Amino acid sequence: MAEIQIKNVAKRFGSYQALHDINLTIEDQEFMVLLGASGCGKTTLLRIIAGLETATEGEVWIGGRRVDHLPPKDRGIAMVFQNYAVFPHLTVFENIGFGLRMQKLPNDEVKRRVERTAGLMHIDQLLGRYSGELSGGQRQRVAVARALAMEPDVILMDEPLSNLDALLRMEMRAELKGVLAESNTTAIYVTHDQVEAMSMADRISVMHQGKIVQAASPIEVYRNPAAEFVAGFIGNPPMNFLPATPSGDGKWTVAGQILDGPSRTTPLHFAIRPEDLRPADTGLVATVKVVEPLGAHLLVTCSVDGALFRAVLDSDLTVRRGDTLTLAPQPDRVRWFDPETTLAVA
Amino acid sequence: MTTVTTDVAAPDARRAGRYVYIAAVVLLCAWVLVPLYFLLINTLSSPETVNSFPKPFLPEFDLGSLGFFAGFAGILTALKNSILVAGLTMIMSILIGAPAGYALSRFDFRGKEAFRLLILLTRAFPLPLLALPLAVMFIQTGLDDTVFGLSLVHTTLAIPFAVLITFSLFSGIPLELEEAAWTLGCTRLTAFTKVVLPLILPGITASAIFAFVISWNEVFAAAVLTIENRTLTAFLLQNLDTSPLHLKFAGGFILVVPALIFIFAVRKYLFAMWGIANR
Repeated sequence: MAEIQIKNVAKRFGSYQALHDINLTIEDQEFMVLLGASGCGKTTLLRIIAGLETATEGEVWIGGRRVDHLPPKDRGIAMVFQNYAVFPHLTVFENIGFGLRMQKLPNDEVKRRVERTAGLMHIDQLLGRYSGELSGGQRQRVAVARALAMEPDVILMDEPLSNLDALLRMEMRAELKGVLAESNTTAIYVTHDQVEAMSMADRISVMHQGKIVQAASPIEVYRNPAAEFVAGFIGNPPMNFLPATPSGDGKWTVAGQILDGPSRTTPLHFAIRPEDLRPADTGLVATVKVVEPLGAHLLVTCSVDGALFRAVLDSDLTVRRGDTLTLAPQPDRVRWFDPETTLAVA
Repeated sequence: MTTVTTDVAAPDARRAGRYVYIAAVVLLCAWVLVPLYFLLINTLSSPETVNSFPKPFLPEFDLGSLGFFAGFAGILTALKNSILVAGLTMIMSILIGAPAGYALSRFDFRGKEAFRLLILLTRAFPLPLLALPLAVMFIQTGLDDTVFGLSLVHTTLAIPFAVLITFSLFSGIPLELEEAAWTLGCTRLTAFTKVVLPLILPGITASAIFAFVISWNEVFAAAVLTIENRTLTAFLLQNLDTSPLHLKFAGGFILVVPALIFIFAVRKYLFAMWGIANR
């Protein structure tokens, strides 16, 4: 059992506030992804959980035990680093067995666990090599195997796939997800790659400027973003925004069209995902600027009422630059945001 | 037109530049190697040849001069003293210098840059200014004319280099490796002994050898602070005007050779001291 609780954690580097009052609970055996642009504080938060950084304020609990005063080795964690941190003076075998040797486990137990995790990560034939003789992908496997061999309660990963090429990253992503699901550990995974986050996570915590903006399942984060930042950050291409003015009685004027919306009297932002638009007889009038055929779809960049607007349309359609399209938003997919707070409005 | 002229002129200019470059390299090499060559010839010649004129250009491989040197009264004690002082200097400068290098590379503290500069500036301070007060202090504390006392002074001279070399060595080891060790069950100390130390051991050895050479070559402090227990450099300096020519050559040779070999062995780490990667 290793539930992780982060209570009111804040971190300042001098006058710079890296983390503001973070509260987060990660369930036992959950795969939690911390997602955000670089500099949002996600790595700092992970390092605070690992014990490599001390929080300025707040508490960290792992498995019902307060750990923020403990050194990393006493927290029941294992970590995979961005640059792998495979020890260059040791063989792959000794790298994977390093933590087990530190625990003074008997030789045959070390051998058994090293061989098992090496088999899991498909590096059994590399056990005699040194890190200098390995490729980036192989080093990555060694780093993961080394963490798994510890049989930790919690495994922490700091952008582990960011140094791999695209194809290898996709392969490792699926493999890592499978191996971690099997190992029954709680996992915290830091990434700036939304595809990685969406495909691997049980839950995503989207971070922005030292705060957690939303912590929810990938589909929830995608469908119901809690703030404009999340809506713009997740999804490729991102969500479209247009200013909306109230026309009374739950009606809103968006780019000259009247749409149904929440009952409010202050202006809102109308938002819709590019794939939730269909060409129709009535709808938003869009002038096509760029057409990008992507095989399965057409990515059409256009201008609606002077604002940038993207639509993902069926590739059977013939659309040319300069055409005028009438795009109808799918009503149940429309979202509204308050421009003052940038938060979602129901 | 212009392209044609430059096409003709460029190879000429390049060739001329190459000649100047080669000439400069030859001159510099000669500057260093010719005296060493004469030292070698004279050391490996019989005392008679050394004192005669003209001198041969090829060594005659006569060990007479070296034999005379080895038999000269007090030489072997001086040699032993030199080795002892240099050995102690080596140990002390690493024991003091390496932790300072680690701290400089791993921790941020106020005045870090100023500290680095100050370390270098200690080398700019002229030793002769210190000689008299140091001699007085050593006599008062009973450190004068002892191997330990002299090695203290040599350690002071060697520490700046020990700090700077180890600083650059530690900086070459990613902090991530240490952090990985901490998460795998190490304390700061065990992470250092199990991960950092094995990785920098060759560099530490080089830095130790360099400290050895600094002490081995040092003559001023050795001449001022010792009387009975002279090191080889101080002993030869003392006997410079009274000893025969072949003894000077043999002594010079014995002094130069270990220093040359050691410096050659550790040359890449000396570049590392100035932050130039040469691996």
